[in-house]
Amino acid sequence: MTLLATKGTSTRFRPTWWRAVLYEAEFYSKTWRASVISSFLFPILYLSAMGLGVGHLVSAHTGLIEGHTYSHFIAPGLLAITAMQLSVGECMWPVLASIKWVRTYHAAVATPLEPDDLVDGKVLWLAGRLFVTTAVYAVIITCFGATTSWTALFLPFIGALIAVAFAAPLMAFSSRVESDVTFTMLFRFAIVPMLLFSATFYPVSQYPVGIRWMVQLMPLYHGVALCRAAAFGSGSLLAIATHAAVLIVMTVVGLFFGRRNLRRRLVD
Amino acid sequence: MHARQLTKDFGTFRAVNGISFDIPRGESFGFLGPNGAGKTSTMRMVSAVARPTSGELSIFGLDPHHDGPAIRARLGVVPQEDTLELELTVLDNLLMFGRYFDLSRSVVRERAKELLEFAKLTERANDKCDNLSGGMKRRLTIARSLLNQPELLILDEPTTGLDPQARHLLWERLYRLKSDGVTLVITTHYMDEAEQLCDRLVVMDHGDIVAEGAPRALITQHSTREVLELRFPSDVTTPPVDMLAPLAERLEVLPDRVLLYVHDGDDTLRAVHAAGVTPVSALVRRSTLEDVFLRLTGRTLVD
Repeated sequence: MTLLATKGTSTRFRPTWWRAVLYEAEFYSKTWRASVISSFLFPILYLSAMGLGVGHLVSAHTGLIEGHTYSHFIAPGLLAITAMQLSVGECMWPVLASIKWVRTYHAAVATPLEPDDLVDGKVLWLAGRLFVTTAVYAVIITCFGATTSWTALFLPFIGALIAVAFAAPLMAFSSRVESDVTFTMLFRFAIVPMLLFSATFYPVSQYPVGIRWMVQLMPLYHGVALCRAAAFGSGSLLAIATHAAVLIVMTVVGLFFGRRNLRRRLVD
Repeated sequence: MHARQLTKDFGTFRAVNGISFDIPRGESFGFLGPNGAGKTSTMRMVSAVARPTSGELSIFGLDPHHDGPAIRARLGVVPQEDTLELELTVLDNLLMFGRYFDLSRSVVRERAKELLEFAKLTERANDKCDNLSGGMKRRLTIARSLLNQPELLILDEPTTGLDPQARHLLWERLYRLKSDGVTLVITTHYMDEAEQLCDRLVVMDHGDIVAEGAPRALITQHSTREVLELRFPSDVTTPPVDMLAPLAERLEVLPDRVLLYVHDGDDTLRAVHAAGVTPVSALVRRSTLEDVFLRLTGRTLVD
């Protein structure tokens, strides 16, 4: 078997999950204009608003945070937030639309693809997309001096890991919901609190011990911590391994339930 | 395609109740029945998407349980509701769908061009799908289902919601496919469609097959040659059934009219008048599959 098409043959032998990735990529290439603002503009807006505004206040009062200026301190965390937000957005409304409104997933499973391929394809595509997005972002913040270690080279991989750690469980979630009202609830009661509390805008040590424990249960906290560790080359190996393990477990469990739920929704 | 005792349950609800049928290559085969008869569930099983709860099914001699992707690579499916990417153009819908079959770029481009021609959509190729009319979307869905040059085309209510002109254009396209040797499996609740398109059909009701055969044969077997339809004024709550019954082989009382199954409708109408019964209007027509369905189930097809 060959992956390359020979002239005259119409059917090649690409695995079905890879066909789903290519479909997602091609769909993005035709519709990217709508999402480019949220991809790059939001993190920059956040960074300038918080960095210039709050940053000024912070440096006037407390000086450096863990040895960094305020803007530099929050920049890696914003990368984690961007990875989560994009992933979350792609796995909620668009997925329910593909199942229920425009029903394109139903068309897909009438071809050689299986529901599993659609889940894997979406998750892998987001890994690739967020790898590139966070790589660009990492270069930008490096230019502004917000990374201080060669370990910043890991940032795109961490961005991709955060993307799949949220994409996979959300695929499982979206495959079960009946109405997009549920998404609004999830946003209000899970996503937004995580954005605010996951120690992006100040160190987790600012919280009282009880809240600190709760924060450490939030998946985004581990993404933020990983990004910061990579940007500054800080953190113990054990802490880094723990953060990565949380995200990997979320991915694996999410993929399992995502495939199962979508299979039930589309095929059974 | 062969099916034996095919059954589909959703929880405690039995959608398809152990049906058996054979569809030889090149045939045009219909599943006829009212909404909720189990047609769509059957279509989802025979397109190797939904898994039967029990029973045997073989398509192209393959078992869908093990060879689903291989079977689906040779099938075309036109679902009941269009499943197009509305944000993309007509042409992009075809090009992208080719990804799923792993067709090479050049092959998809060539086929897309032919299919747009076939679906009379060439001039709309670069329009957004969202801006198409219902009939155009339906034709695009059919064009898309032909992208992999299927040997078997499964159409679930292909003309529901289309105006008569669009329906006839679609029928004409389906004839062309049939004459090219494509096996067609069609569900519909339109009698005329079934009579026009199907070599053979089954009538389904409540998950069971209640009749099977060629359209004309079914009519000959289960109905009379002609039907006399009588309407009575709206203030007549009970039509004079006692007086009409002796005049017909069989009689059906519907909410808005009485159907008399007879050999010669005009003769019977004269007899009706002679008996002193005066309906508001009278119509003599040929028996159709609708009458077969009414006879077998006691209900009309389109409620």
